[in-house]
Amino acid sequence: MIKVTNLWKYFDNVAVIEDITVSFHKGMTNLIIGQSGSGKTVLLKCIMGLLEAEKGNILYDGQDFIKMDSAKKQLLRKEMGVLFQGGALFDSLTVEENIMFPLNMFTKYSKEEKLERVNFCLNRVNLGKVNKLYPSELSGGMKKRVAIARAIANNPKYLFCDEPNSGLDPKTAIVIDKLIKEITEEYNITTIINTHDMNSVMEIGARVAFIHQGKLWWEGSNNDILFSSNKELNSFVYASELLKKLK
Amino acid sequence: MKFFFHIGRYFDLLGKVLSVPEKFSIFRKQVIVEIDNLGIDSLGIVAIISVFIGAVATIQTAFNTDHPLLPDYAVGFATRQMLILEFSPTMIALILAGKVGSRIASEIGSMRVTEQIDALEAMGVNSASYLILPKIIAAVFINPFLVIISIFLGLCGGWLVSKFTDVLPISHYMSGILLEFSQYDITYALIKTVVFAFLITTISGYFGYYTKGGALDVGNSSTKAVVFSSIFIIFFNLVLTQILLA
Ligand SMILES: Nc1ncnc2c1ncn2[C@@H]1O[C@H](COP(=O)(O)OP(=O)(O)OP(=O)(O)O)[C@@H](O)[C@H]1O
Ligand SMILES: [Mg+2]
Repeated sequence: MIKVTNLWKYFDNVAVIEDITVSFHKGMTNLIIGQSGSGKTVLLKCIMGLLEAEKGNILYDGQDFIKMDSAKKQLLRKEMGVLFQGGALFDSLTVEENIMFPLNMFTKYSKEEKLERVNFCLNRVNLGKVNKLYPSELSGGMKKRVAIARAIANNPKYLFCDEPNSGLDPKTAIVIDKLIKEITEEYNITTIINTHDMNSVMEIGARVAFIHQGKLWWEGSNNDILFSSNKELNSFVYASELLKKLK
Repeated sequence: MKFFFHIGRYFDLLGKVLSVPEKFSIFRKQVIVEIDNLGIDSLGIVAIISVFIGAVATIQTAFNTDHPLLPDYAVGFATRQMLILEFSPTMIALILAGKVGSRIASEIGSMRVTEQIDALEAMGVNSASYLILPKIIAAVFINPFLVIISIFLGLCGGWLVSKFTDVLPISHYMSGILLEFSQYDITYALIKTVVFAFLITTISGYFGYYTKGGALDVGNSSTKAVVFSSIFIIFFNLVLTQILLA
């Protein structure tokens, strides 16, 4: 479980994250939803320690992340898998080398074992025969899937996904969503997913936190979200004409 | 004020860079790749420039010292000293600051703006050390070879001039470049080379690592890397010359 309390983050004296308190549970897909620019990516990066929050606390299964020294942080990070919004694949490495990277760095597997793991991960994201390609030779959606494969390669305890299915067609998007949910439940991972896709919310939103202008406005599960009376949440959820009519 | 901010952050980064590599087998591979990228790849330009500068230096010295009281060996001697003491270590370092420095800064800078450095950090990799240390080690190792080659080819340039033109007799040139050879001069050249290699890789690494923004800023970082590497090379050249030769 990851527990965030009273988190504040400023850019040039403007608060981008304002006093957010939220918990993310083990074995569940925890969604952070909100409009573009609401602060989802910043919140996620603060939780991972890639951005330094000015105030607040972050507990990883009870361990105080903010107060940790860098050596300990590094150790904890070896248990994290991260999918960045832009993929962030290493463009000097092939797909295979990208996914193998965390394994090369932190495990003592043999070459064959690593290769097996790579192919297993590629299979899970529905990709085959791309091992030797470079990221520049992949489509946007394929990059995303390779990035997911890299994130899960080393069996993370914590999985962070920043918009895992933006840029994917609806069918692949659902496959990816389901995949993340599956591995989260199977390996009891604490997973946090940023998204603004209502399909994902309905599909895998076991826990949902709605962020608006840097503040937490609503928390609940996908079953409650359609019946909430929160005005901002409603305007986010029922943004499309189709859904408005259905309501 | 900004100057002190950069100096402080530079040493802060150095602290992170100079740490024991996570996995030695990976580190060794990286160093070999960088030796190729930063060293072997620069061999061509170093060779061309050295031969021509050696040739021109010989011609210039010969024309400008055409005086009956000067001994025969003067031209060869002057050419050799100039190559060993200044041209090969300092000029080659400046050229490498342009070639290698911009490469390092743009490589690391583009990794920064595409979140690849964040990805490394998030995996628990010391990104500064992972990206910059292999480059430092590679350059500090390979640049002395480049400089030795440059000295040799520069002398060859002078030899070609005396062989194929009538600027000066080849025997005069040979006696000049063999005259009163002092090993300490080579030591001095190599000490400078190592210091300059360290400056180029760390300063360029610094500007690349702290790139902010997008593609345009990568270009900016790479320009700054070249400018500041060059300035610090010139400055340290003065300091080292004062310390080592005075
Ligand atoms: N490095 C930065 N410097 C200054 N401001 C920033 C920085 N990063 C983000 N911001 C600001 O913080 C706010 C939140 O940005 P963030 O990237 O978290 O949005 P988001 O919710 O992830 O949006 P999207 O869904 O479009 O990815 C934005 O107003 C943005 O301008
Ligand atoms: Mg975002």
